[in-house]
Amino acid sequence: MSNVAGLFNYWVVIFLMMAGFFVVISQGNLVKKIIGLSLFQASAFILYISIGHVSGGEVPIYVEGSNLYSNPLPHVLILTAIVVSVSTTAVGLAIIIRIKETYNTVEEDEIQVIDNRKDDEDEPVVVEEKHSSEYKEDRS
Amino acid sequence: MDISLLAMLCVTAIAAIRIRDLFAVTMLFGIYSFLTATFFLSLDAIDVAFTEAAVGAGITTVLMLATLRLTGRYERKPKHNIFIPLIVVSITGAALVYGTLDAPLLGDPNAPAQQHVSPRYIEESPKEIGIPNMVTSVLASYRGYDTLGETFVIFCAGLAVIIILGIQDSGEVHPGRSAIGDQLVLRVVVKVLLPFILLFALYVQLHGDYGAGGGFQAGIIFASGFILYDLVFGEGDARLIIPPTFLKRMAALGVLLYASVGLYSLFNGKAFLDYSALSDNPTSAQHIGIFLVELGVGITVFSVALTIFFAFSGRAQITVKTDRRPPL
Amino acid sequence: MSLVDHLPILIIIIPLIAAPLCVLFDSAKASWLLALAACISSFIGSIKLLNTITLSGPISYSLGGWQPPWGIEYRLDLLSIILLLLLTSIASLVVLFARYSVEQEISKNRIVPFYATLLLAIAGLSGICISGDVFNLFVFLEISSIASYTLISLGKDRRALNAAFKYLVMGTIGATFILIGIGFLYMQTGTLNMQDLSERLPSLYDNRTIRAGFAFLTVGVCLKLALFPLHLWLPNAYAYAPSVVSAFLAATATKVAVYMLLRFLLTVFDFNFSLNTMPLDVILIALGSVAIVSSSLVAIFQVNLKRLLAYSSIAQLGYISLSIGLASKLGIASAIIHLFNHALMKGALFLALGAMIYKVGGAELKHCQGMLKRMPLTSLAIIIGGLSLIGIPGTAGFISKWSMINASLEAGLWPLALLILFGSLLAIIYVWKMVEAITLQPSTSTATAPLTRDEAPLTMLVPIWALVIANIYYGINTELTVSLAQRAANILVGGY
Repeated sequence: MSNVAGLFNYWVVIFLMMAGFFVVISQGNLVKKIIGLSLFQASAFILYISIGHVSGGEVPIYVEGSNLYSNPLPHVLILTAIVVSVSTTAVGLAIIIRIKETYNTVEEDEIQVIDNRKDDEDEPVVVEEKHSSEYKEDRS
Repeated sequence: MDISLLAMLCVTAIAAIRIRDLFAVTMLFGIYSFLTATFFLSLDAIDVAFTEAAVGAGITTVLMLATLRLTGRYERKPKHNIFIPLIVVSITGAALVYGTLDAPLLGDPNAPAQQHVSPRYIEESPKEIGIPNMVTSVLASYRGYDTLGETFVIFCAGLAVIIILGIQDSGEVHPGRSAIGDQLVLRVVVKVLLPFILLFALYVQLHGDYGAGGGFQAGIIFASGFILYDLVFGEGDARLIIPPTFLKRMAALGVLLYASVGLYSLFNGKAFLDYSALSDNPTSAQHIGIFLVELGVGITVFSVALTIFFAFSGRAQITVKTDRRPPL
Repeated sequence: MSLVDHLPILIIIIPLIAAPLCVLFDSAKASWLLALAACISSFIGSIKLLNTITLSGPISYSLGGWQPPWGIEYRLDLLSIILLLLLTSIASLVVLFARYSVEQEISKNRIVPFYATLLLAIAGLSGICISGDVFNLFVFLEISSIASYTLISLGKDRRALNAAFKYLVMGTIGATFILIGIGFLYMQTGTLNMQDLSERLPSLYDNRTIRAGFAFLTVGVCLKLALFPLHLWLPNAYAYAPSVVSAFLAATATKVAVYMLLRFLLTVFDFNFSLNTMPLDVILIALGSVAIVSSSLVAIFQVNLKRLLAYSSIAQLGYISLSIGLASKLGIASAIIHLFNHALMKGALFLALGAMIYKVGGAELKHCQGMLKRMPLTSLAIIIGGLSLIGIPGTAGFISKWSMINASLEAGLWPLALLILFGSLLAIIYVWKMVEAITLQPSTSTATAPLTRDEAPLTMLVPIWALVIANIYYGINTELTVSLAQRAANILVGGY
């Protein structure tokens, strides 16, 4: 019984991870995919922090007289992983914005249809270079 | 406490799957991050909790909202067959549960992870490194090279956003027009708050040795101060204070500062990033090393976070104006 | 410690530092020169390291001066240095090639960040090959991944954006799987150092956490490796990325994923557990076989030559995973040989297509008209590269195929030997399609430009031909590749 209690935490975390993973692979909206990806990763982080948890241990900041601390190593790893995750998210969202501008949709199946259609045509579809400065010229 | 937190996390996750209003989903994501941070806190990981709150509930949510403003708020009713995804997820989940069957129980002080490698960090780092926060010791010294890699990841994300979205160097500025409308109360509040936010960021930067914090968190907070200013006082206002080209160079200087600490030890006959080359006294050498690399991290994170915000908000201004799409 | 002792870190840190320097100088030409200098210095450093390693065995370098497993360790054995030589040499040639190609394909204000990102991709991939710490490997994997997504999104065709996004999603799922796998290993061993792990894991092989960790690491790496059926991100990513990026990634990125697979299977875990106890050998052979046949068939029907080569790449990765699945020293050695030779072939072919795009404006069959007359040297490079891809005797490809067939026969699996031959037959068809388009088709009046000789500039021809000559050289002189690969395989199978 104590086993179940001790492992229960992991199982809930696994459920959370799979919820995120499910969003990534089942949803057609690109923004939602990225949100799913972030959920998936954030839940994987909980797994790591759970590994480093010590019952009755303290925050891993040295205090005179205390000798039971939580394991600092998983904390360090996850700090790094959080940063990596937010970087990926930023790049993903930036690409989505460009996809919206060039395809005028962020739904996966609609993009696929457009991609396939263009396969038969002769000329490749060239992305318009839409730099901010050029926008300004457009408007003037 | 833990059970209720976990239950709330589950509810949030399920809601995020079912709801098709992406604005709501993003808000749920922010809540999810915040709950995760609280959970980290209950597991004694204060540095991680701090970062998750600043990044997940803060920066990531802001970026998602900025994207939604451009891509539309509602997702179309999915036509996808969810059968295959369900199978994939079930198999993956089953593999994970299988993996936990032999796992040490939560909180077991005799778990292998607590017995090997990490005891050295806990027992020796206060003496070896000379600072109380073990997370900072491991992050900036024992595994300082990982953190260098992490800083390059951030730098790379900055370059990526510059490449993908481009950035207005000296774009139009609309001092009066702010993204959230003219809010006098907000302006006053922000004006009063701003110095404190920046001061707090400095404190977090310098205090990482003793408590939660460090270059990464400080950089994010410092950037948030400017983002808040930009949001409340008008589009492009912050850009006048810190021009984007300057930010780009600062991001580069931050990673270079970190790397040059490593090179300095290398040219003094020590291993790359061996701080003992910095001073004759071992603990003060560690102090100097950690201070310098954390400063490098802080500078890069601040510059990249602000660059990304400028790029996203710059894009939003342009497209919203040309498309005449109502803002969210 | 003298500077030579620091070579393991220097070959990584030089391209890494060159990236922010490019941003500081903020000039297209300076960035190109800086990138070129950084890649060539890393290449020279790698050659020097190869000498040291072949003479005196693996090198270990403790970063930050902290002893492993407390600190991060760089560990170089024969397999690492083979990969590093491949990476740095291809990177140098690609950067040399890049100058004019990039000027044409990438808008002016993006050239400086382009070179900086390319350098980060190079440094990230090299960092993976040298790291002796599983989490450090993850960090460098992410540097290279984020840089690759960005580089692919720079393609002119809007499909590049969609391809980059797909790659980002698949790559991040793969990375998260790897992260979960590392977490499981850490949970039961308390360490992240590969050598430490390899000592502690054997007593835990019955542990279910370790087995699940093994599965997650393998699936995560296979996503990066584009192993069938996890390959869907690859064709469009290679087809629509800028020419330089296609050439660099096709020649290196998946190879580094193969390296990770070998490293996890054979160093962190061991040969017996990975390929005998776990059923991975059968899975790799099955998926590899399907990849060879299906992707080669799809390649035949491609109109865009870059896409054709991309599908061919998936087939070649099938050959490599099949060889690993044979679970023998010879099989592992063949995988390493093919990994090396395939990088040479695809490097040469993609660069040649890059030169063609530079001059003719596209890489579809219709652009090939009159190529032989217009760009004889580039055309000849495509032809020789194609022959090597088929595996004609006298080319590097032949050595790979020969070795793989031997390994299949040695394992008593003659149907696989036939399958490899069948794959070569399919390769003849799709290579013939390219060659025919270049040589035989008469130039029609629809050709836009007059058919005068208009060869690519020297900075393009030199890298292309360096790789073409390498294809011939390693097809005749097998000592270097075959003997090095066999030694590396012996070390991997026999323990760290």
